[in-house]
Amino acid sequence: MTVTTDSVSAALEQTPTHERVDSHLHPEGSFDVDAHEVPTGREEIWRFTPLKRLKGLQADAEFMPSKTSCTWNTPAGARIEGVSGDEARGLRGLSGLVPNTRWAARVLAEVPDSLLIDLPADTELTEPIVVDLDGTDASVTEAGHVAMRFGAHSRAIVVLNHTGSSTVAAVVEIAVGDGADVTVVSIQDWADDAVHLSHHQARVGRDASYKHAAISFGGNVVRMDANVSYDGPGGSAELLGLYFADAGQHIEHRIFADHTAPQTKSHAVYKGALQGEKAHTVWVGNVLIRKVAEGIETYEENRNLVLTDGCQADSIPNLEIETGEIAGAGHASTTARFDDEHLFYLQSRGISEQEAQRLVVHGFFNDLIRKVGVPSIEDRLLTTVEAELAKNVLRDPGSLAAFAQEA
Amino acid sequence: MSKLVITDLHVTVDTEDGPKEILKGVTLTIKDGETHAIMGPNGSGKSTLAYSIAGHPKYTITGGSVTLDGQDVLALSVDERARAGMFLAMQYPVEVPGVSVSNFLRTAKTAIDGEAPKLRTWVKDVNAALQQLDLDPSFGTRNVNENFSGGEKKRHEIAQLELLDPKVAVLDETDSGLDIDALKTVAEGVNRFRAREGKGVLLITHYTRILRYIEPDYVHVFVDGKVAESGGKELADELEANGYDKYVSALR
Repeated sequence: MTVTTDSVSAALEQTPTHERVDSHLHPEGSFDVDAHEVPTGREEIWRFTPLKRLKGLQADAEFMPSKTSCTWNTPAGARIEGVSGDEARGLRGLSGLVPNTRWAARVLAEVPDSLLIDLPADTELTEPIVVDLDGTDASVTEAGHVAMRFGAHSRAIVVLNHTGSSTVAAVVEIAVGDGADVTVVSIQDWADDAVHLSHHQARVGRDASYKHAAISFGGNVVRMDANVSYDGPGGSAELLGLYFADAGQHIEHRIFADHTAPQTKSHAVYKGALQGEKAHTVWVGNVLIRKVAEGIETYEENRNLVLTDGCQADSIPNLEIETGEIAGAGHASTTARFDDEHLFYLQSRGISEQEAQRLVVHGFFNDLIRKVGVPSIEDRLLTTVEAELAKNVLRDPGSLAAFAQEA
Repeated sequence: MSKLVITDLHVTVDTEDGPKEILKGVTLTIKDGETHAIMGPNGSGKSTLAYSIAGHPKYTITGGSVTLDGQDVLALSVDERARAGMFLAMQYPVEVPGVSVSNFLRTAKTAIDGEAPKLRTWVKDVNAALQQLDLDPSFGTRNVNENFSGGEKKRHEIAQLELLDPKVAVLDETDSGLDIDALKTVAEGVNRFRAREGKGVLLITHYTRILRYIEPDYVHVFVDGKVAESGGKELADELEANGYDKYVSALR
């Protein structure tokens, strides 16, 4: 099946119809904005998010003219451009997304244009598509829609690179054609005042491979929902996340792997580090294995490394299984400080406490960075981890020593 | 020169019922170039002695002293002790996820020497050390102790011993869990280290087997947190024949 849609209704028709599942993981969605109440913060999907800091993005903030510059490269074979009018409207729901929040419904209904990344069937890109989104004004509330359409047996890497100051609600829809091999990396390297609410929804075609990597370092509030469903058997999704929260930052990642087809796979690994007063991270890993999804395999893990006092890491894996006929399902979640035994072993070889901590944090992230598998951003990620460490762990040995005694 | 002097060392460990004394006055001197074997039954405090000298935070020194060439070892942090010339080969080496052996070795060598090793000779030295211990050169790309077999962990400890070149090495049951071939390989590594000038070795073991390959100058029987008897290597032969019964029953 090739994934092309002309309208919302067409997209809806393409969405496989499933048995209703009585599950809090997927409240019924709607394209109708008024079908969604303005959240109060008591809802399950909002209970961790500091709504007051979202500047109304979750409710009815005006979507103003964008103050975020958007530039990209266009490798041969790809079509990348801003589209509007009917073409833009036709892309809404491309990923099978039926909004379950008011803000996402508003983005689909109100944002006049879309950034379209379109790759014909059988096209293999040799260089990544890099889209740079650089915000210039966090007092402007804005919204964006990105549509990525990867034809059957195509192969591509897309990097969304967020920098600067912005207050933005973004819906990213991704359709991965049958047998395609696609990586989407989203880097949130915002300035301190940015607010970023995003929903990445992907539908994975038959026998396709989809890798999504969410990398969040900067911003005041960053919340991303990275969801995936399957169009046919044999599809596989790897959902990766790396985050580093500093004092006062709220970084929230939610994933939802909706196993809508048999013989599909999902594997999620999210790792985060926290440092400084009121650094807060949230990870919610939802996996639903529907009745039809026999023979599937899923594993999700979240690991948090708490570097200083005063941080909070929430980690919630949810696994709902509607069929017993599966190949495997599991999850793991840990939140811990430095392991004394790791540090002792390294220090017993002459390595100073600071250097030992540095090694352990790099080690914590290294395997994940390698898994992202985009060489051009590996170095940047390692450098960013180093810079984050320099802010705290490596800066003030005195406070660290006190921390170590407490631990 | 290297001289490790342990004098009347008392050590406690915190338990649910409060501090428990494990070492009850250990006195031992390892002079330049000497190898001392410490033998004792399980639970006698042998490993506590090793970890206390290295500075593991789990143990509290309540009395006594440890000096290396006159320097107060107990006043130093764990890493300072290593830089002063102490080395502990651990019974259960720790996995450090995501940190490669080669990165680890280079970082440790840099810390010990106070400067980064010269790249060309260093790579050669590392490969030679690994090879002598029957470790594949690809070993360097693996994460420290992660998914290592028991034997690989111990051989990796001895490779570090040879590369980091301390003054005094404490080997904590390095022989346990090794088959005979691995034991010989490890013993050869220790013997290469001993052949260097002035190196001290404190060899902690439960079994006499390793003493066939690493010949000690002195043997100490360790029971109930202190040295019960000291002698030459003939003491090991006696232990081989009669076990620890005589020492343990003396306690009752």
